Amino acid sequence: MILAAGHPGFLSPTGVEIAFVLVGLVTFGAALVTVATRQLVHAALWLVVTLGGLAVEYLLLTAEFIAWVQVLIYLGSVVVLLLFGLMLTKAPIGRSPDADSGNRPVALAAALVAAALLVWVVVDAFRSTWIDLSTVQGSTDVAGRSLFQHWVLPFEALSVLLLAALVGAIVLSRRNGRPAGKETR
Amino acid sequence: MHLAYPAVLAALLFCTGLYGVLARRNAILMLMSVELMLNAVNLNLVAFDVWLRDTLHAGQVLTLFTITIAAAEIGIGLAIVLLVHRNRGTSDIDRLTDLADPPAGTGPERADTVADTPQKSEAAA
Repeated sequence: MILAAGHPGFLSPTGVEIAFVLVGLVTFGAALVTVATRQLVHAALWLVVTLGGLAVEYLLLTAEFIAWVQVLIYLGSVVVLLLFGLMLTKAPIGRSPDADSGNRPVALAAALVAAALLVWVVVDAFRSTWIDLSTVQGSTDVAGRSLFQHWVLPFEALSVLLLAALVGAIVLSRRNGRPAGKETR
Repeated sequence: MHLAYPAVLAALLFCTGLYGVLARRNAILMLMSVELMLNAVNLNLVAFDVWLRDTLHAGQVLTLFTITIAAAEIGIGLAIVLLVHRNRGTSDIDRLTDLADPPAGTGPERADTVADTPQKSEAAA
């Protein structure tokens, strides 16, 4: 938007950009370890690093409310749920040799092709686009106002969805919910 | 900040998640990769919202909705994985081949177990 006045080039980064790239490298590296490690519990712990790095990126993009929601929901509950799931399914603690399936080369090729295409398209499209971070865009005040003024109905619908998910998870995980007629075990 | 930085990071994270979904064998590791893909989308939404200075802040609100739906998804997904693990003794996706062609499958009578599960949950709800 502001690029009419000539945006700064890639060779003279600002401090925010340097921080963003460094945290982004850590985030991406942790994501790679998450999908590549053979120790299942370590994958969950590296996922924490990835999600925390993304929270820092949200802070650098001045979306602070999203950052704290990310910390609360993802780091607080989703990772804990995943760890519980790993332990309840008796995941091996050490290295498990069969963490990756046989179609790993195909997956690697597909991911590399997709990454090359996406990065090429994105860089080509947004090479000269500049985000002005001078004003805070996502403080709790701004996010709350827009959420409860313009987005109230989707918000309420989402609470119904959460309730349905809660009931569904309870029903799915209840032992012997029905009399033994349909159970085969 | 250049918009290219968050966009490229989101693309790379998405492809990492794509590799994880395709290559992992454990169902919970697949769910982790799905979370990576959802987070890449969230980063894109936030970056474009900050760039466009949307008056409704649609990108950030949609990010909140995505985070909520991801939480619901991980809850239901883990419940299903635990149910499969309880019924089959494994959460190995390569061995859940009841819907595959008959020579590769484990038999038609075990497929009934999976087919009954949604009906059972509906009836109980």
